[in-house]
Amino acid sequence: MNNKVQLDQVNIHFGKTHAVKNVSILFPENSVTAIIGPSGCGKSTLLRSINRMHDLFPSARVEGRILVDGSDIYDKGVDPVSIRRRVGMVFQKPNPFPAMSIYDNVIAGYKLNGRMVKSEADDIVETSLKRVALWEEVKDRLKTNAMNLSGGQQQRLCIARTIAVKPEVILMDEPASALDPISTLKIEELIEELKERYTIIIVTHNMQQAARVSDYTAFLYMGELVECGETKKIFTTPEQKQTEDYITGRFG
Amino acid sequence: MQQRAETGKDCLPFTTSATDRTEQTVGKPRTVDREKAITGDRIFKWMTTGFAFSILIILGLMLFQMAGESWPALKQFGWQFVTGRDWDAVQGHFGALPYLYGSVVSSVLALLLATPLSIGAAIFITEIAPKRLGSLIAPLVELLAAIPSVIYGLWGVLVMAPWLQSTVEPFLIERFGFLPFFQGAPYGVSMLAAVFILMIMVVPIITSITREVLLAVPQSQKEAAIALGATRWETIMMAVLPYGRSGIMGAAILGLGRAVGETMAVTMVIGNAPQISASLLSPAYTMPSVIANEFAEAVSKLHTAALMEIGLMLLVVTLIINALARLLIWGVTKDSSGGAA
Ligand SMILES: Nc1ncnc2c1ncn2[C@@H]1O[C@H](COP(=O)(O)OP(=O)(O)O)[C@@H](O)[C@H]1O
Ligand SMILES: [Mg+2]
Repeated sequence: MNNKVQLDQVNIHFGKTHAVKNVSILFPENSVTAIIGPSGCGKSTLLRSINRMHDLFPSARVEGRILVDGSDIYDKGVDPVSIRRRVGMVFQKPNPFPAMSIYDNVIAGYKLNGRMVKSEADDIVETSLKRVALWEEVKDRLKTNAMNLSGGQQQRLCIARTIAVKPEVILMDEPASALDPISTLKIEELIEELKERYTIIIVTHNMQQAARVSDYTAFLYMGELVECGETKKIFTTPEQKQTEDYITGRFG
Repeated sequence: MQQRAETGKDCLPFTTSATDRTEQTVGKPRTVDREKAITGDRIFKWMTTGFAFSILIILGLMLFQMAGESWPALKQFGWQFVTGRDWDAVQGHFGALPYLYGSVVSSVLALLLATPLSIGAAIFITEIAPKRLGSLIAPLVELLAAIPSVIYGLWGVLVMAPWLQSTVEPFLIERFGFLPFFQGAPYGVSMLAAVFILMIMVVPIITSITREVLLAVPQSQKEAAIALGATRWETIMMAVLPYGRSGIMGAAILGLGRAVGETMAVTMVIGNAPQISASLLSPAYTMPSVIANEFAEAVSKLHTAALMEIGLMLLVVTLIINALARLLIWGVTKDSSGGAA
């Protein structure tokens, strides 16, 4: 199996805050890797470095190498926009565009490629919505406002919007933490299916969720990578005492 | 498969700082006497209701009073007052169409020019300029909105109108004279001058409101666009402007209201000729200007009544514009999840 994404001694600072400390880790292709750890330990910060979202904040500084398909996405001359088209992202709170219909939301990112014929757009909307199991629920009201959907539907819509761009990697930052249990379950099933086509890196503070959906797990604590490996192993026979304490609920 | 960083082992001891992000709210036992609180609540409710209604009552009284004062003109001319073009105080003919025309055309054209300019300026301040520069420009823009209109008028008469007469209008006549909008002699004081002065006056208002609207666009909306691979410009077009669209429209309508009611500066530069001409180079007249110019020296009861009726028309136009603005903002708050007011 290929390593789709590789972090090599990554350090991330916000001004004086050292949020991610010397993290090195591999993310295998077509698998789900969960990043777990207590709130504030740097999970989101680490995740957002993989599609250069930190470029938006002048105070953020990313050091080390982050490789996607072997080439450093922070190299000089690499366009962050092109990286973000290959590495998509789903956020904690569903954030569909409120001024757009369901249809327009799904196609919003793909549209940036330039002009396209309507049938092409229709196809992409349909396949993307089918892939997130939302098609049956919304096919009769594609032109209605996206905000009329429930929270869980909105989040699946956001995932559809992300995969419509045809990324290779999908980053998910606690994608189900704002949702009810049934919607959460749907998202988890979805992740299982999506990994056939995409490399998925998911941040979660819910350990059961990590255990359910991921193939590999990385435990982050206070900005440092404490332990990572196959999920089964991390959850049954962790090497580090801290990992064991965390997953057995002794803190965090 | 996955490797661990060699340096990742030594972890700092666990402190609460990592988890104390969630604030705790502790319920306090009530110490206030319930009865008193409820009475206070009632009084407060009645007072605020009273205030709210007094505004309606004042408005109603104003309309009533003005309708009463303008009754002679209302009775004599009927709808012809609004459609008539002839305004002759000595002969007793009063048709207000040129004033209505002047007000509407100058305001609408000013708004059409000012809105894109203001949106551009607001985008620059909030999204493009470095933070420092943005926070330097923003208060300056608000300062511009606070300058008394007579100052704009003076500048318009002394600086802008002569410049229009000597430079801009001859150029327009030479290049675009084949269009009906740019025909005739360059006077300087003209509809064009009024349009420009109004534009300059409403840009700061629309810009500062639009700026607030754009500042209210959540980071999550921008990140949604950026994560899809949108450039900065595409992010503005895809996420920022659509989110704030109703608020921006509201800002524009408030600017229009200001332009319609503006008296001093316009009176000083528009030329005050009650005529309807397609050419922007011709002098024109507006509703507030004619009231300001003629009221003190009205020659007859009917003349006073006619000026009052123009005031009534102005009030109605302003009310309509404000109602539109309210409707837009209401449309936003109703659908609370979308857009900023
Ligand atoms: N944009 C930012 N500016 C400054 N500090 C930040 C920023 N984002 C995150 N941090 C800091 O980085 C640390 C890690 O935060 P985060 O990655 O959000 O944690 P997690 O996602 O694990 O809860 C925190 O101390 C947080 O305050
Ligand atoms: Mg987080």
